[in-house]
Amino acid sequence: MGLKQNLHNLKEKYKGTKMAPAFNAIHTFLYLPNETTHGGTHIKAADDLKRTMNIVIMALIPCLIFGMFNAGYQHYLAAGELERATSFFSGEFWNMNNFFIGLKKVLPLVIVSYLVGLVVEFIFAVIKGHEVEEGYLVTGMLVPLIVPVDTPLWMLAVAVVFGVVIGKEVFGGTGMNILNPALTVRAFLFFAYPTWMSGDKVWVHDAVNRVGQPDAISGETMLGSLAQNLEPKYSVWEQFMGFIPGSVGETSTLLILLGGLFLVFAKIGSWRIMVSAIIGALVMGLMFNQVVEFGWITSGSKFYGLMTVDFWQHLLIGGLAFGIVYMATDPVTGSQTNKGKWIYGFLIGFFSVMIRVFNPAYPEGVMLAILLMNVFAPTIDHYVVQGNVKRRLKRLKVKTA
Amino acid sequence: MAEVAEQEKVVKAPSEPLFSKKNRKLVTDPLTDNNPITIQVLGICSALAITAQLKASIVMTLAVFFVMGVGNVVISLMRNIIPSKIRIIVQLIVVASLVIIVDQVLKAYSYALSKELAVFIGLIITNCIIMGRFEAFALGNGIWKSFLDGIGNAAGYGLILIIVGFFRELLGSGTLLGFPVLGNPVEKTGLYALGYENNGFMLLSPMALIIVGILIWVQRTKNPALVED
Repeated sequence: MGLKQNLHNLKEKYKGTKMAPAFNAIHTFLYLPNETTHGGTHIKAADDLKRTMNIVIMALIPCLIFGMFNAGYQHYLAAGELERATSFFSGEFWNMNNFFIGLKKVLPLVIVSYLVGLVVEFIFAVIKGHEVEEGYLVTGMLVPLIVPVDTPLWMLAVAVVFGVVIGKEVFGGTGMNILNPALTVRAFLFFAYPTWMSGDKVWVHDAVNRVGQPDAISGETMLGSLAQNLEPKYSVWEQFMGFIPGSVGETSTLLILLGGLFLVFAKIGSWRIMVSAIIGALVMGLMFNQVVEFGWITSGSKFYGLMTVDFWQHLLIGGLAFGIVYMATDPVTGSQTNKGKWIYGFLIGFFSVMIRVFNPAYPEGVMLAILLMNVFAPTIDHYVVQGNVKRRLKRLKVKTA
Repeated sequence: MAEVAEQEKVVKAPSEPLFSKKNRKLVTDPLTDNNPITIQVLGICSALAITAQLKASIVMTLAVFFVMGVGNVVISLMRNIIPSKIRIIVQLIVVASLVIIVDQVLKAYSYALSKELAVFIGLIITNCIIMGRFEAFALGNGIWKSFLDGIGNAAGYGLILIIVGFFRELLGSGTLLGFPVLGNPVEKTGLYALGYENNGFMLLSPMALIIVGILIWVQRTKNPALVED
């Protein structure tokens, strides 16, 4: 009798007791439960919630590793101890010193995120007497990837508690939430501790401590410098590869693109949302480019810097790509209908670029755009479904008439 | 004369002691199981707007105490002579006069605070709790009962306001009634020396809504009978 059988027996023995959900959570994490289907349905698919979540995490791992290297790279680069990397496989970037800095800074974020989030989930599962859902597995991985590298751990813990409780548990747990929990966490951090979440001192490790010293670091993000009408310091190529300051895991558009393709290939992420969000961002970017072209906005305007960015470049800077691939496609908070997905995605891209350009105080328009569209997703679905009902009714009338 | 006599009769009619169980319930119910904010969901606007500071919440509570108590008594006194077609206008005039008194007193004795509360004192007039209690209670009950009802509802309203104000000021500014209880954020003393920071989100109105929501949640968890479908 192996470990698996022992666990099954334990589970049967303690069925219905108070701590059972907590135990079952660990059990189901390790093994496929020996549950048989109840009721009428007997079709079984391999892609249960656990599998779905694991595939998203697999798609996120490259971003996490890259983020660790990038944390160290940005730190040493800013301190003047490194040359700028010249190719994707450059030794300046992929070296162990970089990785250790990143490991030291990013791993605690990951651990705190998972620990706090899962403790909250376990507590709620035990109180409410339902099973622990796997929903937090992805949220817990997303959270450390979308915060600045120097975020204090207690802040992250507070924000995770807020995000999981207010963003998810009050609505009834995984599958019932209106807002994306990971973005709720980030929104909380952003509004609660703005000095730690924006500006030019938070994106590079150790930059805060060097303020005022001769070797002070300016770790402006692309969006930050563009919002101030400054000449961007990074080439398009660097933006695409992700050798730029930013939140931990969102800088590398290349890896996000690969992750997105993987999600689409695994049929986990919706390609409709991704494609339409990209189209939305491009359309808005093109409109801004045209505004500049017509001379309605001149270099004196505070919007000039962001408006003159080539429309396609918006996809490379900031968290737009990351948000589109990993967050807009959340099956719970996004639109469910196919037509709805097109509208939902398009508006996310559209609003992201709009907020980013028009409100430099909120440089990360993607977060706000996705949260906003999360709220509207059910409405979009409702009208899509109603539209379909009406069309079919009409068809019926024509036939019977 | 006839009217006065009639009114006296109405007042005397319930021959129960001043603090009978029923009367006490008028005061205690709005504190818990019939709270104007968490159960009736009235007066949310002001609960969101002025609770960033505890002091403002307390002053607001006192103002509402006055307006509710006196207003309920006045409406109850006049309940038999108000034509029902114009009762809303009469009620508005009563609230408006009382609110102006509060506003003027504040301006005279605490100008800075009246600046801080600004338009929200004037907006007591639109506080749904007040019109709601006039309409639902004072128009149909005696003076003493109406007074107790007014006081009770103001207390229930104030209780929530003060709880929300307490958390918002403590976590948002690190002070209570302006007194720095968590240390000095600029000189990094007290909690701030450990890396603690004020939560700016607490000072924004959405957080008040979330705190009220959490209060509603806690209350309904404790007393499942309050849960609506």
